[in-house]
Amino acid sequence: MSGVELWSIADITRRIAAGEVTAAKILTDTIARITERDGELGAYLATDFEGAQTAAALVDAMRSANLPLGPLAGVPIALKDMIVTKGVVTTAGSKILDGWSPPYNATVVERLRAAGAVIVGKVNCDEFGMGSSTENSAYKKTRNPWDATRVPGGSSGGSSAAVAAGLCTASLGTDTGGSIRQPAAFCGVVGLKPTYGRVSRWGIVAFASSLDQVGPIARSVADAALVLQAISGHDPLDSTSLAQPVPQFSESIAAGVTGLKVGLPKEYFAGEIDPEIRAALDNTVAALKEKGAEIIEVSLPHTELALPAYYIVAPAEASSNLARYDGIRYGTRADASDLLDLYCKTRGAGFGPEVKRRIMLGTYALRSGYYDAYYKKAQQIRALIKRDFDAAFETVDVLLTPTTPAPAFAFESKATPLDMYLGDIFTLACNLAGLPGMSVPCGLTKNRLPIGAQLLGKPLDEATLIRTGAVIESALAIGAPP
Amino acid sequence: MTELAQLLKDFEPVIGLEVHVQLATKSKAFSASGIEFGASPNSLTDPTVLGLPGSLPVFNKAALELALKLGVATGSQIRAKSRFARKHYFYPDQPKNYQITQFDEPLCENGHLDLIVGGAVKRVKLQRIHLEEDAGKNTHVGAFSHVDLNRAGVPLCEVVSAPELTSSEEAAEFMRALHRLVRWLEISEADMEKGHLRCDANVSVRLRGEDRLGTRTELKNINSFRFVQNAIDHEIARQLRLIDSGGRVERETRLWDADLGQSAPMRSKEEANDYRYFPDPDLPVMVVEGALMGNILRSLPELPVARFERYQKIHNVTADDARTLISDRALAEYFDAALEAHPKDGSGRTIANWMLTELLGALNKAGITIAQSPMPPQRLISLVKLVEEGTISGKIGKEIFEESYRTGEDPAAIVERRGVQQISDEAMLWAVVEKVVSASPKQTTDYQGGKDSLFGYFVGQVMKETQGRANPVMTTDLLRKRLGR
Amino acid sequence: MPSLTRKEVEEIALLARLHMDEAALARMESELGAILEHFSSIAAVDTTDIPPMTHAVPIELPLRVDVAFPSLDAADALRAVPKRDGDLIVVPAIIAGSGE
Ligand SMILES: [Mg+2]
Ligand SMILES: [Zn+2]
Repeated sequence: MSGVELWSIADITRRIAAGEVTAAKILTDTIARITERDGELGAYLATDFEGAQTAAALVDAMRSANLPLGPLAGVPIALKDMIVTKGVVTTAGSKILDGWSPPYNATVVERLRAAGAVIVGKVNCDEFGMGSSTENSAYKKTRNPWDATRVPGGSSGGSSAAVAAGLCTASLGTDTGGSIRQPAAFCGVVGLKPTYGRVSRWGIVAFASSLDQVGPIARSVADAALVLQAISGHDPLDSTSLAQPVPQFSESIAAGVTGLKVGLPKEYFAGEIDPEIRAALDNTVAALKEKGAEIIEVSLPHTELALPAYYIVAPAEASSNLARYDGIRYGTRADASDLLDLYCKTRGAGFGPEVKRRIMLGTYALRSGYYDAYYKKAQQIRALIKRDFDAAFETVDVLLTPTTPAPAFAFESKATPLDMYLGDIFTLACNLAGLPGMSVPCGLTKNRLPIGAQLLGKPLDEATLIRTGAVIESALAIGAPP
Repeated sequence: MTELAQLLKDFEPVIGLEVHVQLATKSKAFSASGIEFGASPNSLTDPTVLGLPGSLPVFNKAALELALKLGVATGSQIRAKSRFARKHYFYPDQPKNYQITQFDEPLCENGHLDLIVGGAVKRVKLQRIHLEEDAGKNTHVGAFSHVDLNRAGVPLCEVVSAPELTSSEEAAEFMRALHRLVRWLEISEADMEKGHLRCDANVSVRLRGEDRLGTRTELKNINSFRFVQNAIDHEIARQLRLIDSGGRVERETRLWDADLGQSAPMRSKEEANDYRYFPDPDLPVMVVEGALMGNILRSLPELPVARFERYQKIHNVTADDARTLISDRALAEYFDAALEAHPKDGSGRTIANWMLTELLGALNKAGITIAQSPMPPQRLISLVKLVEEGTISGKIGKEIFEESYRTGEDPAAIVERRGVQQISDEAMLWAVVEKVVSASPKQTTDYQGGKDSLFGYFVGQVMKETQGRANPVMTTDLLRKRLGR
Repeated sequence: MPSLTRKEVEEIALLARLHMDEAALARMESELGAILEHFSSIAAVDTTDIPPMTHAVPIELPLRVDVAFPSLDAADALRAVPKRDGDLIVVPAIIAGSGE
């Protein structure tokens, strides 16, 4: 690969501003690449080239008129299909929303547009964000650009594959239990899940409301920082949105890690981890040390409980959030002459097996008589997990862990749902505690599969993740997929 | 209901009410689309009301303020931190298939509502008052139902009484008291026709003297004062007949059909719901700040039942009149303004009389409300004073009222112009009495001889001489003095 | 923690309004059973006096000023409705009381 498709955001905006290239030209090249490559990759569920052309033309017109351009002017961006786009089909990867054309835009979409971004289309994901391989999409298989026999990760698999393969400059994903960070790790790109409440959830198809966050997936930490900047900040349409000032994230890129205290939670290195991942993390630690960071071992004693707590809280909230898909006001409706039948058949036919599994699990956990033993207990464990992090952050500035215990796996290689869930053990606690988390590529296996290092920060301290991530990235760059 | 009376000899009914009150906000509970009765179907929606994917709730401050007013006015404990929960059940008028409501942490608890039962005040405990959103409306057309979501998301307060009501009359009175209170405080327009107040009743019966509650049924859909009474009486009778014939009351929900005048069971047990309540993760804890509470407390006017008691105790108004005066806040405000214009002890009863007979009569005839009254309280008081001071008689007063009401002229000016002042000058009246008696020697002799009925003749003659202006009390006294009996 | 029975699976499926055939129900029974089994460890965790964490970041409920904004056009609101009659959404007859 070479050329426009791998330009950074800074490259694009600088060259457009300088008149070296037009937004229209960048878009044309991006469209050509999507047309050429996506048949095989399977990242896009829907494209909106017409809307993109309008947006690009507006950037070029503003440039000609010497008007100030937004920070993402002319940058081709793809959105996970969990993000609601006015007039552009939004399905969340589910048959139950087949063909749904929303009458409104998510706040992040409005903010990207205001920043001058050119939204090229909607990318694939596990149905309603539930999965770790994008195999649960009702529509198509998305391949890992590094190895077409392997999954791109999930649930934001389309987002990370499209970015890695140069089918957009950056994308937005959603992350409920690792759905930005894990596919970013599998595809060798940067994925950042912001602090809960940093980015508005208005217009994000809800999976688990107390865990969901939107964030950038990009080819560099700098790009991720620019996209995060554009979408962050208080939104009065989301009651859980934080009214906190948003720092200039790009200023952290070159800050370095001298004197920074990096914690290694021992529980994250104790279990079954692929030896190549362990080795890559050792390299990462060495690189950080060399750049002046202080490495400290810490303990997060309730780590083991994150998986059960997560797989109770998330399905419980999901069972509630997904009750609205009933074929009455939108989406697909099954043929039925009585109402109960209409509900059961519509939902029976419209949801895939993993979604059904989680709805069942969540319904079970919320039933009267079971609530205390499951949902309430899980929320209490969540508090314990949060306390672990609070304690650790008293001694360190940031935590470093592997993003995943193993690199990208082959399609259909997980025997049971539980096997799939167990792959999420390193990413879940971050969502339970509401912390910001980032995955940065830190090496390749000998089979040339990307490995991700995960950074976890204090609430609202995305800046330290960006600062640390930039150092890892410059020390251990893995390049682009073949 | 003689049959009911018979059955009630040994049993007593126990009734608890759950009343949904529509709060008078401009926009919905959790989003900004408007509220308008009778708007064209599905014209008052937005992504949140429709439950579209990605939509989120943001709570309406005015709804909280109105609920707090009701909480404070009912002496409830207000939770500094309360919470919204989701209540799950599938129904086409409920777009998300869950209702945002409050469950184990409601805004208000342990309040009370004061009822006026038989002229006395009865205090009924309120278990809770919580906030929630309304559902849309279904209409049934043959094999299909039609759904209009305009009402979906409208803010409601659910007021839950303790099971302390002992008759359908008390239940109806509870509804009236709540209706009066929420209108008084402008919490709700409380228009029954528009469904602003909707009542469910929990009804059970138990042997008199028994402490334990009997098995209750829940009656849904009783939306007028009259239906409350009918539906509950019907249910009490149904339960008593059931017990009388050796049966047992089943715990069930029954739907009242006002047209048929009967109730029917709503859902079978195999369909029994499990609402799966849990705290709504889209809505953080609702904190009631001290400053907000302060504003509410300061803004609260004197409540109707407090005025009911004050009017009787301090202003000597009869219970019936006091009750009428508090039936409407504008009426009470008028009365209080009149009292202020004439703070004389014991005048309250007279003022109430003039207001409730002459003024209300005239307003009713004109089909207008007290707020539109062409006669302000100060002018009514000017009339009351003329009568009280004896300047005019009560009878003339009514004529003066009529003219003042019609023309807007001050009563004193009318009296002056028409020269209808009452003659209370003793010397002047004595001269008239003297004249009448001397002109009627035969009648005088007969009266003095024992023909009592002739007294009226003399009074009539005095009135004739004075064109009805003679002070009747003085006339009587002076005639008795002159005639010697 | 009690293990999951087939009857419970069917009850939950009805509560969640999910139609599944025999094979799917059987699979669900065994998969959910295995997952719940794996989660049984949480029962032993001492959570006495630990308040449940309902939100990851502590914040108070924001309150919206009571202003009505223009609603969606009925046409936009209804565009995606699978079955309607004019401006009304059509569903199979609601059997009185099958909901609230
Ligand atoms: Mg109720
Ligand atoms: Zn209610």
